[in-house]
Amino acid sequence: MNNFIERNIGLMIVLTILAVSFGGFVEIVPLMAQRTVTEPIDGLKPLTALQLEGRDIYIREGCTVCHSQMIRPLRAEVERYGHYSVAGELVYDHPFVFGSKRTGPDLARVGGLYSDDWHRTHLFDPRSVVPGSNMPAYAWLFERPINLEILPKKLAALQTLGVPYTDEDIANATIGLENSTEADAVIAYLQQLGTLITERR
Amino acid sequence: MNNAILSSGWSWFVIIGTFGSLLYFFLLLYLNRNISNPGKTTGHDYDGIEEYDNPLPAWWFWGFLISILFAIGYLIYYPGLGNFAGIGGWSQVGALEESQEAADARYGPLFAQYGAVPIDELVEDVTAMRMGRRLFATNCAVCHGAAGTGSEGFPNLGDALWHWGGSADQIKASIASGRNAMMPAWETPLQEAGVKEVTEYVMQLAGREADPALAAAGQAHYTLYCAACHGADGSGQPMLGAPSLNEEVWLYGNSKLRIEQSIRHGRNGRMPAFTERLGADKVHILSAYVMSLRQDDDEDGDEPEETEQ
Ligand code: HEC
Ligand code: HEC
Ligand code: HEC
Repeated sequence: MNNFIERNIGLMIVLTILAVSFGGFVEIVPLMAQRTVTEPIDGLKPLTALQLEGRDIYIREGCTVCHSQMIRPLRAEVERYGHYSVAGELVYDHPFVFGSKRTGPDLARVGGLYSDDWHRTHLFDPRSVVPGSNMPAYAWLFERPINLEILPKKLAALQTLGVPYTDEDIANATIGLENSTEADAVIAYLQQLGTLITERR
Repeated sequence: MNNAILSSGWSWFVIIGTFGSLLYFFLLLYLNRNISNPGKTTGHDYDGIEEYDNPLPAWWFWGFLISILFAIGYLIYYPGLGNFAGIGGWSQVGALEESQEAADARYGPLFAQYGAVPIDELVEDVTAMRMGRRLFATNCAVCHGAAGTGSEGFPNLGDALWHWGGSADQIKASIASGRNAMMPAWETPLQEAGVKEVTEYVMQLAGREADPALAAAGQAHYTLYCAACHGADGSGQPMLGAPSLNEEVWLYGNSKLRIEQSIRHGRNGRMPAFTERLGADKVHILSAYVMSLRQDDDEDGDEPEETEQ
């Protein structure tokens, strides 16, 4: 049999995939049926159009490279950042922006932590408020208007993935955003992060 | 306890899957052990490289067997089998709470001990102030600067000027519940000309160069619109967080242009609330630390003292 498998490369590929995915099958598939993972926590709303645009700029500018958004249930992290992240907060996130490196602090609960003014100053020039910071300055975000053309399409795309946007949400997505800059969008996105769970532990 | 994280069907799927693979690996190992032809090759030939068909080394065999036994023990003690919580009762959140309780028991009394000392006395306590410096660096320095000297839009906490009052109680209230300053925008009610006039008057109040005619016109606007918050003589109103305008200290920049901008567009400085985040004891220590910033200046004398009004 050994010989037979080794000489039939197609069969070997199939069997290899079967063998390596078995563990994943047992570990991952049941998670998809787990309520705490698939159901939103009370009061969870999808991102508004402006916040969603901010999320996409956050990804585009590589903020995820330096900032995680995942507070682990360890005392030091909970003490510093607040309540550990729970899956139910993130069910509308496509894709996840957990990140895996913390050059800067975790941002999972940065919403409301600082004022909009602070974020504006900090994004424009981090060194003006935190002298030792090595975060890049994002001055151009303040000049660029957000792209209103594709914004409704982004909402529609997320709707097909099960994020509960109504058709009305999509139709009205760009109302009132005519003068918004990319910086406004990023700040709107940051200011809602993790705000649903307010208790510290 | 709501331990049933999975429906029972999936729970059994995990249990059977896990034990199934343990059994499978055990059988694979056990049966392979008996199929061997010591000293012979398997007949495989990879570009001239051949493979002996020797039995598995004993250390490897026993190592594998012990790993399987360890896995079974682990799965009985720790959660891992579907909804079975494990006889050890370990959970990730449980472990977190345990470490939090241990920390509370250890550090709680330390903070509480300082929480009970009146702020005026706490300022003199070197250990408490060292603690305060660390708390300040972690929670406040991003806005107020490492030395509390602030920057544009973020007040200097080391000077003698306070928007919301400089008594121990007022400072503590600023930190505990936060502050939201509401300076309305005057663009619409005053129009462009009015904004220019009242700016001149504010310049005059602060003792700076000003156009007398415009300032005189501005005074009328000031009395009507601004005095309610900033006081008739411009000395401010701590209840509202309205700063004094008759001193040369500006939160939002001291050029005439910046002052005019404050008046035209309004300002909404926001200081976040910290009681919920840090607890009352740490806020107490921080209040004392903020007061000590002022005293440090007195002692070092490296900053000119501002006159209090
Ligand atoms: C090169 C790594 C790097 C990148 C890229 C980066 N940051 Fe940062 N960020 C930092 C560091 C370091 C700090 C801590 C010092 C400071 O506050 O500036 C920080 C701090 C922050 C904070 C304050 C967090 C807190 O709790 O104090 C926010 C908010 C933030 N960054 C947002 C962003 C956003 C939004 C982007 C993308 C537009 C971004 N960062 C990109 C390194 C980075
Ligand atoms: C409702 C109360 C209120 C009224 C009325 C008001 N102010 Fe203010 N003003 C404030 C507050 C509060 C602040 C502080 C804003 C902050 O800290 O963000 C402020 C700030 C300012 C500043 C900026 C000070 C600095 O340090 O940079 C100027 C200048 C100013 N006011 C002028 C005026 C003038 C001129 C008027 C009348 C046309 C006026 N204000 C009316 C409450 C008021
Ligand atoms: C997001 C930035 C931010 C952070 C973080 C912050 N502050 Fe503030 N703080 C402000 C701003 C802005 C004001 C001024 C509010 C106003 O305009 O009246 C202020 C005002 C104050 C005042 C009142 C000053 C006055 O003139 O009456 C005190 C005291 C103070 N902060 C202490 C602290 C302490 C202590 C901490 C840390 C626990 C802290 N702040 C953290 C932004 C911040």
